[in-house]
Amino acid sequence: MKKFLITFLILMIPSFAANAGTDGENNLSKNPKPVKDCFEKLNRGTFALNQGLDKAIFKPVAKGYRSLPPSIRNGTSNVLVNLSSLITIPNNILQGEFKTAGVNTGRFAINTTLGIFGVFNVAKKMGFSEYKKEDYGQTLGVWGVGAGCYVVLPILGPSTIRDTAGSFMNLVGGDPWYNVSTHGNNEYLNKSDYVLTKALTGVDFRSKNLETIDNLEKNSMDFYASVRSLYLQDRQKKIKNKNSSIEIIYESDDGDWEEVQTQ
Amino acid sequence: MYLKKILTVTSFLVIFFSLIGKVYSIEADVFVQSTVNRAAKTLSGNFSREERIEKLKDIARDTVDINGIGFYSLGVHKKKLTKDQIIEYKEVFTKYFLKSFSSRLAEYSNPEIEVNSKKIINEKYTIVSSALVATDSRPEVKIEWRVYTKDPDNLLIRDLIIEGLSLARTQKEEFSSIINSNDGNVEALLKNLSDFSAE
Repeated sequence: MKKFLITFLILMIPSFAANAGTDGENNLSKNPKPVKDCFEKLNRGTFALNQGLDKAIFKPVAKGYRSLPPSIRNGTSNVLVNLSSLITIPNNILQGEFKTAGVNTGRFAINTTLGIFGVFNVAKKMGFSEYKKEDYGQTLGVWGVGAGCYVVLPILGPSTIRDTAGSFMNLVGGDPWYNVSTHGNNEYLNKSDYVLTKALTGVDFRSKNLETIDNLEKNSMDFYASVRSLYLQDRQKKIKNKNSSIEIIYESDDGDWEEVQTQ
Repeated sequence: MYLKKILTVTSFLVIFFSLIGKVYSIEADVFVQSTVNRAAKTLSGNFSREERIEKLKDIARDTVDINGIGFYSLGVHKKKLTKDQIIEYKEVFTKYFLKSFSSRLAEYSNPEIEVNSKKIINEKYTIVSSALVATDSRPEVKIEWRVYTKDPDNLLIRDLIIEGLSLARTQKEEFSSIINSNDGNVEALLKNLSDFSAE
């Protein structure tokens, strides 16, 4: 049943994304079309709800987390990053990045064993290259699937139809950590461990960006639009798998810079 | 013969002054480093918040292409502006930009930025790569500076690309959202900019 669901999703998504934005040509060979905010009114409502939750719950928790000693926070962050390798590695393979998949597998093995379940990033000290997370949404993007509409999910925040579909892949067999903790049928792990790691990932991200997010909100006239822009830029950069963003920004530049007068 | 001498002298003078120009024009990475140093000196100095903000505004006026960024941020909507609106826009955008820029930076106390490398894109642009050094509370942040080099004697910053995200593009999309949610009326943006600066 699970295999059927995965196959069905993989087969279904390209066809509906084709309706959402592609014109039959390879999206990566030319400037991507702007992502439409088809449900803007609803999205703004959800965004306001998320902001309320953030102020009441996530931000205070993140501040509390920030007050923990750096060694504890770094260790926790390392464990979470290490666990994310379990999603990154299959996506490296699906994107044809076999060498990177090998490097990430080596990194995961070393950090899980010598690094004691990922608490210590031993691989980094051994000279492994910088780790880059990958997910199923990115893989779909690399395969040429259009983003579809922009959506804001309750609690989870900004996404697109493609990225949301990608996230579902984690729950239908695409995330080994989810499989082991939820369906592993063992006495050591259960679903709450999975939920805890996902919640901690959110808190860790929020605590690292407390000032940045506050600053952005304070200096934005339309905070919703700023977050949407930043999210979509970030996804575009990650899908193109480029070390530098320069090419992407130049590629996306619609010539507006060329027309402006300087001082 | 006389004409040949004039041509020789003229050619010599043209080459001489163009070389002099190149010698004295500043490299983009040096320009960014000096701007960063200036900002760091202001942020670590013993100034009140108001003094700090005024000094940061001075730095922005000297080193950022505020008008350029302002018009870029308007995108397709700039064609809709009347002459009077252009004058008003330049005024309110400059106030908005200086307030936003100085307020964002003023929160940092002595940020340490290392300028690492530069990449000349073409005669008009050089991208300078740098990193905001990590602290206990946040990881390292990669910052790329898009420097407008068309006039080598007057380099100007046109964009900051933080961890691959362009601030100019974000602002352009924010402005577009404000205009579009007001039925394409540019006056709504002018009012928003004005209100922001007045707060």
